[in-house]
Amino acid sequence: MLAKRIIPCLDVDAGRVVKGIKFVDIRDAGDPVEVARRYNTEGADEITFLDITASSDQRDTIVQVVEKVAGEVFIPLTVGGGIRKVEDVRKMLNAGADKVAINTAAVFNPELVQECSSRFGSQCIVVAIDAKQVSPPDTPSQWEIFTHGGRKATGIDAIAWATKMSEYGAGEILLTSMDRDGTKRGFDLKLTRTIAQAVPIPIIASGGVGTLQHLVDGIKLGLADAVLAASIFHFGEYSIAEAKRFMAEQDIEVRL
Amino acid sequence: MSQRIAIIDYGMGNLHSVAKAIEHLMAPSDQVWVTNDAQLIQRADRIIFPGQGAARDCMLAINKQVRETVLMAVREKPFLGICMGLQVLLDHSAENAGTDLLGVISGQVQAFDKSQSINGQTLKIPQMGWNQVQQQDTTHFLWKGIPNNSRFYFVHSYYVAPKNQSLIAGTTNYGITFTSALAYNNLFAVQFHPEKSAELGLRLLKNFLHWNP
Repeated sequence: MLAKRIIPCLDVDAGRVVKGIKFVDIRDAGDPVEVARRYNTEGADEITFLDITASSDQRDTIVQVVEKVAGEVFIPLTVGGGIRKVEDVRKMLNAGADKVAINTAAVFNPELVQECSSRFGSQCIVVAIDAKQVSPPDTPSQWEIFTHGGRKATGIDAIAWATKMSEYGAGEILLTSMDRDGTKRGFDLKLTRTIAQAVPIPIIASGGVGTLQHLVDGIKLGLADAVLAASIFHFGEYSIAEAKRFMAEQDIEVRL
Repeated sequence: MSQRIAIIDYGMGNLHSVAKAIEHLMAPSDQVWVTNDAQLIQRADRIIFPGQGAARDCMLAINKQVRETVLMAVREKPFLGICMGLQVLLDHSAENAGTDLLGVISGQVQAFDKSQSINGQTLKIPQMGWNQVQQQDTTHFLWKGIPNNSRFYFVHSYYVAPKNQSLIAGTTNYGITFTSALAYNNLFAVQFHPEKSAELGLRLLKNFLHWNP
């Protein structure tokens, strides 16, 4: 049976992994290759790099990061952050990325998703959605999508947007709850489940993981196909191997 | 003994991952060529035929020269098809309202049935992620060192259904049981991506580099 995936996400700034990685046996916790290699050894099913480089003259550092990691770590690599044009996608794929995540640019130019998926194949186009609940309590839930790292409202309904993106050729959706991101209170399960049932493509749940039970809930209750987490792995609270064992004990199909 | 490995580049998708994995595994004296040059392909000792994207685009990208070279290589040399490089070997695909393929292996390429469900959940298409491969002949050289039912990384919406069941080298379950690996003389072809399947995927590629059918 197809396994549910665990995907660690690494923030990369000017070619360096940021947000403390606490592995006692890693010499250079800022080196993307070392960190990726470590996650691979622990059994990560994929690795996602989020480029948060602000200055434009250091933009190409992520390309070198992808090149180096892809030469040594042989599991799927996704790159997101700052993807604006077809050319950006091509550059990442040529560097060795398997999938490219498009977020803000998709909102301003939905045809970009169409163009990239028809040019490079749906399998490598991930649409990243940052969603926030906008309905008042005790009313039917509604979520709106936000851009620019969750700072700008768009007025677009998250379910309608996810549906449209799958029709435009997205191969997968990376769904982040802005309400839960960084809170360690667990995924927004209602949001995850609603989107997972609305679209025919796989969903990666993201935002809010604080415990291993949250990962289980994302899959069992949120119906996600994959779960993405950053801090619980980076700060050494849990290893990916521990997370997988925990999930397997709860009868979730994982790659051990 | 040094050898030359040609990865056929007909402009469809990400061949760099395959090349990087081979470079990682091969002997220092080996050479890897990512090429669509028929002469180079003819000089190579081993051929890898990858591919991604839609069937029609792949077939449009395979020009007469690439087609003839592939048809020749598939009879003569250790030949490894990966993903679309497996599918295009068959007769015909249901993709893009029907696409004729190379016809090396008799059979069809079919779509997963979207109305299928697993444990009450609708089947997500594409199948994306790590699934198990049940080896039909565990003694095949390419499965050497790879436990039966190991997981490999898949990304696809269509699967092959060869007419001759004896060519099936591996099967996988996703709503239905489908053929995830084919073997025929010097040909081996897989639906999954060994170059993205961690240690066991690398093992399969390494086996291919040492295979003398």
